[in-house]
Amino acid sequence: MTLHPRQQQAISFRGRSLLAFVLTPRAPVAAWLAEMDAWLDRSPGFFNAKPVMLEISGLTISAEAYRAMIGDLARRNLRVMAVEGAAPEHLGDDLPPLVTSGRPASATALLDQTARPDPQAEARPEAKPASLVIDANVRSGQSICFPEGDVTVVGAVASGAEVIAGGSIHIYGALRGRAMAGVSGAPGARIFCKKLHAEFLSIGGAYRTAEHMGSLEGRAIHARLDGADMHIVVLE
Amino acid sequence: MGRVVVVTSGKGGVGKTTSTAAIGAALAKGGQYVCVVDFDVGLRNLDLILGAERRVVYDFINVANGEAKLSQALIRDRRVETLYLLAASQTRDKDALSEEGVARVIGELREMFDWIICDSPAGIERGATLAMRHADQAIVVTNPEVSSVRDSDRIIGLLDSKTLMAERGERMEKHLLLTRYDAGRAARGEMLGVDDVLDILSIPLLGIIPESDEVLRASNLGAPVTLNEAVSAPARAYLDACRRLMGESVPMVIPGQKKPFFSRLFGRRAA
Ligand SMILES: Nc1ncnc2c1ncn2[C@@H]1O[C@H](COP(=O)(O)OP(=O)(O)OP(=O)(O)O)[C@@H](O)[C@H]1O
Ligand SMILES: [Mg+2]
Repeated sequence: MTLHPRQQQAISFRGRSLLAFVLTPRAPVAAWLAEMDAWLDRSPGFFNAKPVMLEISGLTISAEAYRAMIGDLARRNLRVMAVEGAAPEHLGDDLPPLVTSGRPASATALLDQTARPDPQAEARPEAKPASLVIDANVRSGQSICFPEGDVTVVGAVASGAEVIAGGSIHIYGALRGRAMAGVSGAPGARIFCKKLHAEFLSIGGAYRTAEHMGSLEGRAIHARLDGADMHIVVLE
Repeated sequence: MGRVVVVTSGKGGVGKTTSTAAIGAALAKGGQYVCVVDFDVGLRNLDLILGAERRVVYDFINVANGEAKLSQALIRDRRVETLYLLAASQTRDKDALSEEGVARVIGELREMFDWIICDSPAGIERGATLAMRHADQAIVVTNPEVSSVRDSDRIIGLLDSKTLMAERGERMEKHLLLTRYDAGRAARGEMLGVDDVLDILSIPLLGIIPESDEVLRASNLGAPVTLNEAVSAPARAYLDACRRLMGESVPMVIPGQKKPFFSRLFGRRAA
C-alpha cells in the first residue's frame, strides 16, 4: 500500500480572539430596556457591527422572558453573539451560545457544577508594551480602536468620536466623546483627560454616562476601577 | 497655478453658497482671477446668488463629461470682469459627476485662475467628498450652534482623510468662518460663543459674519453682499475674511463688541 501524505482533505481550524461589549441586563428588564433606548437615542448606531455579549448570571429570568428579551434586543439591532452566566433553560438552538470567561464552553460543562475553569488557563498572556500616540484632534465620527495597548491623544476627542483601548487612555485635551479603556480585560487600565465633557466613560465593564459626571464636568480627571466600580478623581 | 478652496460645512443651510459668492466676488473685485464652482448638483444656487441663472447654457457636468468645452460653460460676471461661474446642473443627479471628469476640469481651472472656490453641497456623502477632493485649503462654514459645530468637526475629519492632500500625507490648511452670528442672542447665551466654537473645532478663525437682513436682500437681487451692499456689516466682515485669506493680519471684531477680539486660537497652527 502506498502512502499519500497530502491525500487527506483536512478540515482546518483557526483560533480568533475578538472583543465584545458585554451587557448586563438588570431586573426589571423593561426598565433596563428603556434605559438602553435612551442611550441608543443619544448614540444611534453605537452597537452597529460590534459584537455584543450578555452577562446574565445575576439575573433571575424565565426562559420565555429571556427569549423575549433577545428578540427585543434584536429589534434594536443588537445581535447577541453569546451569553455568559446562563442557566440550561436559557440555551437552545435559536438562542445565543454559552461562553465562560470569554472562552467557549459546552452545556455539559455547565450542568456539571464541579467543572471549574482551570485558574492557570484563566491567566491572560503577558501583554506586550504597546502604545498608540495620536498627534491630532479625534474628530466627530472618528473611532480610534487599539486593543493592543494604551492610547494617547495629544488633542481633543470630539462629541461623537470614540477612543477604545486595550489599556489606558490619556487625553491631553477635552474629552467630549466616548472613551473605553481596558477593553482587552486589563483591570488596571485608567482614563486621564484634561477636561471632562465626556458622553461615556468605561473601564472594563464599569461605565459612567454624561448624566452622571456631576461636579466632575469640565475638570481634569483620572478614572480607574475600584473593585467593580469606576472611581473618578479630580487631578489638580 | 491657482489655489483650490472648498467651502464646506456638513450641515445644510449655514451659509456656504452665500459665503462662496461673497468671498469670490470680493477677491475678484480686488483684481484676482476667480472662478466659483457649484458642486451642488441638482440643487444649484450659486447662479441665483450671482444673478446668472438665465445665462447657464452648459454646466459643470457637461464639461466633466466632455459634452462641452470649459470656455463654453464659464459664465463671466457682468459687474466684475475677473469673476467667473461654473454652474451645476439643476436637472441631473449628483452621481452624474465622474471623478475623472472633476479631476480634469479642476486641473484646467488651476491653469486659468488665481482662485477656484468650490461651493460644496451639505452632508458627508459623495457630493461633499467630491467637492473637497482636490482642494488645497478649506473654509469650514459654521453657525454658532451645537449641531452645526459637531457637523463641522466631522467635516474636518473628512478633510484630513478623504482629500488628495490627506492621501499624500499633507495637512490641509483649514479656516473657520462663523456665519449668521447674532450678537443679541450670543449675549443672552442662546448661542455658542466664539470662544466655545474655537475651543471645540480648534482651527484658525477666518471671520465672523453677523446675521443680517442685508444678506437676504442681496441674494434676492442676485448680487453677492460684497458687491451689492459693500459697506454693510456682513460685507465688511467678508472683506476682512478675504484679506486674511490673502495672508494679511486683520484684527478680529466680534459683532456687538467694541474692541477687537484677539483669540488665543487666531493665527495659531492647529489641526
Ligand atoms: N449672515 C447671514 N445673515 C442672514 N441670513 C443669512 C446669512 N448667511 C446666510 N443667510 C441665509 O441663510 C440661508 C442659507 O444660506 P446658503 O444658501 O448660503 O446656505 P448653504 O450652506 O449654501 O445651504 P445648502 O446646504 O442648502 O447649500 C439663505 O436664505 C441665506 O440668505
Ligand atoms: Mg448651498
